[in-house]
Amino acid sequence: MTAHAVTHQIIATSSQSERKLFPIPGGVHPPENKSQSLNLPLSALPAPAKIILPLNQHIGAPAKPLVAIGERVLKGQLVASAKGFISANIHSSISGTVTAIEELPVPHPSGLPAMSIVIRSDNLDESVTYEPCENYFELPKEQVIAKIQSAGIVGMGGAGFPTSVKLGGRGKIEHLIINGTECEPYITADDILMQTYPQEIIEGVKLLAHLLGNPADVVIGMEDNKPKAFTALKEAAKGTNVQVVAFPGKYPSGGEKQLIQRLTGKEVPSGKLPSDVGAVVQNVGTVYAAYRAVKYGEPLIERITTVVGGALQKQGNVIVRIGTPVADALSEFGFKERQASQLIMGGPMMGFTLETAEIPIVKTSNCIIAPSYAEMPPVAPAQPCIRCGLCAEACPAGLLPQQLYWYARSEDHEKLQAHNLFDCIECGACSFVCPSHIPLVQYYRASKGAIRTEREEKAKSDRSRRRFEFKQERIAKAEAEKEAKRIARQKAAQEAQQKMAEQKAKAPPAAAAPATAESAEDTRARLERALASAQTRLESAQAKHAEAVAEGSDRVDQMAARVKQAELKVQEAQAKLSETQHTPTASTVDTNSDDPVARAIAKAQAKNAMSPLEKAQSNVESLENRLSKAQEKHQQALSEGADNASALLIGVNKLTEKLEQARTELQGLQAESLSSTEKPAAAPDDPAAAAIERAKAKAEAMASMSPKEKLENQIESLTGRIAKAEQKLAAAQAENADTVEALALGVEKLKAKLASTQQELEQLNP
Amino acid sequence: MLELITENAVVTALVALGFLALVFGALLGFASVRFKVEGDPIVDQLDALLPQTQCGQCGYPGCRPYAEQIAQGDEINKCPPGGQATVEAIAQLMGVDAPELDTGGAESAEVTRVAYIREDECIGCTKCIQACPMDAILGAAKQMHTVISDECTGCDLCVEPCPVDCIDMIPIPTTVQNWTWEKPASNSNIIATDKQPAHQAA
Amino acid sequence: MSFISQSSPHAHATNSTQRVMLTVVLATIPGALAMVYFFGVGVIINLTLTIGFCLGFEAAVLYLRKRPIGFYLKDFSALVTAVLLGLALPPYSPWWMIFVGCFFAIVVAKQLYGGLGFNPFNPAMIAYVVLLISFPVQMTQWAAPVNLGDLPSISEALTKVFTGTAIDGYSGATPLDAFKQSESLTVADIYSQKPIFSEAFFAGAGWEWVNAGFLLGGLFLLWRKIFTWHAPVSMLAVLALMSIIFYDGSSESSAPVLTHLFSGATMLGAFFIITDPVSSAVSNKGRLIFGGCIGLLVFLIRHFGNYPDAVAFSVLLMNFAAPFIDYYTVPRSYGHSKPRRATEKVDV
Repeated sequence: MTAHAVTHQIIATSSQSERKLFPIPGGVHPPENKSQSLNLPLSALPAPAKIILPLNQHIGAPAKPLVAIGERVLKGQLVASAKGFISANIHSSISGTVTAIEELPVPHPSGLPAMSIVIRSDNLDESVTYEPCENYFELPKEQVIAKIQSAGIVGMGGAGFPTSVKLGGRGKIEHLIINGTECEPYITADDILMQTYPQEIIEGVKLLAHLLGNPADVVIGMEDNKPKAFTALKEAAKGTNVQVVAFPGKYPSGGEKQLIQRLTGKEVPSGKLPSDVGAVVQNVGTVYAAYRAVKYGEPLIERITTVVGGALQKQGNVIVRIGTPVADALSEFGFKERQASQLIMGGPMMGFTLETAEIPIVKTSNCIIAPSYAEMPPVAPAQPCIRCGLCAEACPAGLLPQQLYWYARSEDHEKLQAHNLFDCIECGACSFVCPSHIPLVQYYRASKGAIRTEREEKAKSDRSRRRFEFKQERIAKAEAEKEAKRIARQKAAQEAQQKMAEQKAKAPPAAAAPATAESAEDTRARLERALASAQTRLESAQAKHAEAVAEGSDRVDQMAARVKQAELKVQEAQAKLSETQHTPTASTVDTNSDDPVARAIAKAQAKNAMSPLEKAQSNVESLENRLSKAQEKHQQALSEGADNASALLIGVNKLTEKLEQARTELQGLQAESLSSTEKPAAAPDDPAAAAIERAKAKAEAMASMSPKEKLENQIESLTGRIAKAEQKLAAAQAENADTVEALALGVEKLKAKLASTQQELEQLNP
Repeated sequence: MLELITENAVVTALVALGFLALVFGALLGFASVRFKVEGDPIVDQLDALLPQTQCGQCGYPGCRPYAEQIAQGDEINKCPPGGQATVEAIAQLMGVDAPELDTGGAESAEVTRVAYIREDECIGCTKCIQACPMDAILGAAKQMHTVISDECTGCDLCVEPCPVDCIDMIPIPTTVQNWTWEKPASNSNIIATDKQPAHQAA
Repeated sequence: MSFISQSSPHAHATNSTQRVMLTVVLATIPGALAMVYFFGVGVIINLTLTIGFCLGFEAAVLYLRKRPIGFYLKDFSALVTAVLLGLALPPYSPWWMIFVGCFFAIVVAKQLYGGLGFNPFNPAMIAYVVLLISFPVQMTQWAAPVNLGDLPSISEALTKVFTGTAIDGYSGATPLDAFKQSESLTVADIYSQKPIFSEAFFAGAGWEWVNAGFLLGGLFLLWRKIFTWHAPVSMLAVLALMSIIFYDGSSESSAPVLTHLFSGATMLGAFFIITDPVSSAVSNKGRLIFGGCIGLLVFLIRHFGNYPDAVAFSVLLMNFAAPFIDYYTVPRSYGHSKPRRATEKVDV
């Protein structure tokens, strides 16, 4: 009730005057083929046994899965959340268990697989409880938009742009245009929706108008081939300021930009968004879904889809759960697979072919067409362009399709952009009229893709250049620093030499000796001497100081400082001396013991000092520890159904293996220690050191070996590596890990290397 | 003086032409200074065309040195990562005929590849890190290394130094995100078939 | 089962290049029938020979170019060229002249440029002009229309075509020839003295009906939306306007409007030659300019030049200019304030 207080604006300014329409250029009139799907009433498809939810059913970043394999989910439960600003939530449309999160074929023209969540139904159809909201006109707009966002509402006309993003836009909106055009042949999903739920749609329009700051112009536009929907909406819109307009049909008047032009006469500037001319366009299906999301808290888990085509026994519109495989919908309508020339998702003008019927119906799937060969025969081979110009007449964007075609063929990307290739909306009107059956749109799509790739590569190569230059600069700087240091060192050394030479000249030759090879005693003696001289210097300084004080000279301060200095020196010398006395035989290593490297070495030495037996024992112990920990973790992962369980299992297996190895080693050592109590640790035990040793030995051996031997050696090691690699590959294949390809490549490479080495060897062997 | 000029046709002509020559000469001189085109030096333009893999397959230590060498008259077909497209772009810039790409015997890598370190085999020797011109490999001594695949240019330079051969060059997989339409098979110009695919009409 | 995968759109209009070409051939029938009626069996011989030679040359070149012959012959573009050339050449022309014409049309003007869609000039007009310049005597010998003399019999015609033996009294001046050759006479004198005009209803005996036939065919093509009205209407309008401006009835006068419109190759040119999409301008605005310039050139050459008719020359001259016209008639694209020409730099 209170909502009315807020909506008084809408009601007060109701006017239903005839609206001025504007012409749009180009366009074609393909056969409508809409009647066949309107014979049956709207029905609901039974809940499927399995749903496949691709993580990317919208424009933008794929959603992030929130469920784990084995987890039970309810109908309406959030299973993947939006990642980033332009992204959308995904909800389960049935209750059941998540059986897989993997790459599966998705509705995409490429036919490539993409990450999807598979949920198997438990046939209970248990739903989470939704949170209805009556007073949405009173809530802050952000909160309402958040409701729409969390319900995962995206543009349902085909593009799949997240609705909340469009509603949260900035700038003043003057026109809210609701797109009920449905200009593509065959599709009647929006028609049926408008016929069935006119009241809800009008409420939804009011809601969106409210969210957009009540634009002055709120209009529902449709082609005049939907008289029932028009009357129903007109009736429902009575008393509101929502205009309902029907205009003569022409494909593609339902394109966003075309509809804006048709209804307002405004053109969206190239490269800009509709909001830049103050317009927001929403599909009727989106409006309906957004309304239900706000009013009843329902997430987007079902939609109306037209199932139509000559290869079906019956044709009509169904309410279908998002994620239902196309095959389920088709079999419900008596699909005769052998009679279908192709399978199309979307309309015949802009839809894409599906290679298999195991692809799910997603949020944007407004139509499934299973045409017979008579309806849509395979495309005839392209003939030469005769420059007839029909395409230019058909182009709603005012482009020159045949010029674009020539440039696309010759891959002249600059010319393509000069001819505004990126203003092409890929509506297919040009290909439709082409008498030579040239797949023009495919040329444009390929060229757009190539240009985009080129731009990305350009950007990447620029970044690479910067990184490379930066690295070079850094290296140059480091070199320069090193060089500077080297020069400084050299200079210092020279100076020292000079000094020494001077000293040598002064002091008797014997005095030089202690500096080079000092015994501890010598050191002590030297320090004592130093202490003595420091003390004498202190005394003389004190004397001078006293003198200065007596004379009242202005050098008193200076002298005082000198005394202080001398005192410090004496103290230092004393300290040093006492240190030397305490540790008279300390080795150089110990004096440097704060050096981490040295410490590590010491540790390693200590470890080395351990007998191999002890070492093996401790090794086994630590491995046992690690294994038990890993097992624990694995158990936990398994019970949680986390997807890293398999990875953990591998870890456990590896550890077990290692432990086994360590144990056998230990046993061997124990046996050894029994037979001979002391065995010289000839080989270093440190594995790294061993490897280095081995490598050295190998290098030496190699150096002394004849080329033939070398090659034989190489072959041997290669065979070993291949065997190892193959083992790994087999393991990976068994586990179906995604490293299979890489491993296979590795095996191949190794084999190739082996082959070439063998060849070389053969060449050597006459 | 003036009389001499006006009365003697030859002198008149000479003076007039001389004057015109002066005027136009001055004009040209002014124009050449005033409208001087500060074009990119050729090396920058060449460098911009090269793929910046810094792979050294051309025989020079990086893309810019190669650009400099091209400017000095080196062959323009020594850049396998750039492929024939780069050769053609350079040819267009230099105003010469595009030669065949010289791959130096290796198969031309038309597919972009990135380095992949098999991490359980990596011994952490940092050799590949030093070799990488892009700073695209992360890791420290005795620590496992990994490749930042977004920054990897697929130059192959890290493969050789690896002592345990744990680096693979793997092609970037085509996904729904980076897939683009193929150009239609050009059947109108080469060979077209006028056969309709056989099918069973209902 | 795996379904086929292809780019949208999956629906296609039912038109095809074959159908366009066949419709054009069909539309020449009224004019061709009128020609056969007025000029006799020679027209049929012409058409038979051109069709035979043209298809033969097309097949031969396709074979040499290693292209699928059946596929390209089925686009019927060679047939259209053959029919147009056959209708443009004087009936009872010697067979070797037709052979040379077909060679130039198909081999030189079309296939050497890359085949259908790549030829900058209208093949039939190239052939016509080559013949006109090379063999002016044969090319200006038109048969007199049936109401001004006897038509040769079939055997006479065949002998003439294949052996060159002259037939007495069959040839006569065309209306445009008649006008050109009587420069000292006023228009009224010409109309009363020359039988080709005095026997006529509104333009020139026989020729007026031939042109009317092509007009009919042209209107049929317009109705079938094979081409847009722009080029033909523009050409005829300019031609008519010019002849009105320069008409004063004196001996210096232009021929009357109807004579211009319904003589020579006017209607054939307006509806069948300049509407050839391959060699004409692309946009509708461009076609208006293209057609208008042809109309102007036709008048200028007919009135001031040495040749009695000028459609072929005018068409070829404007074929030259078509890319230029296209360049200056780029339409404005949606979302752009002004047309962007291909030579302008884009910021990438």
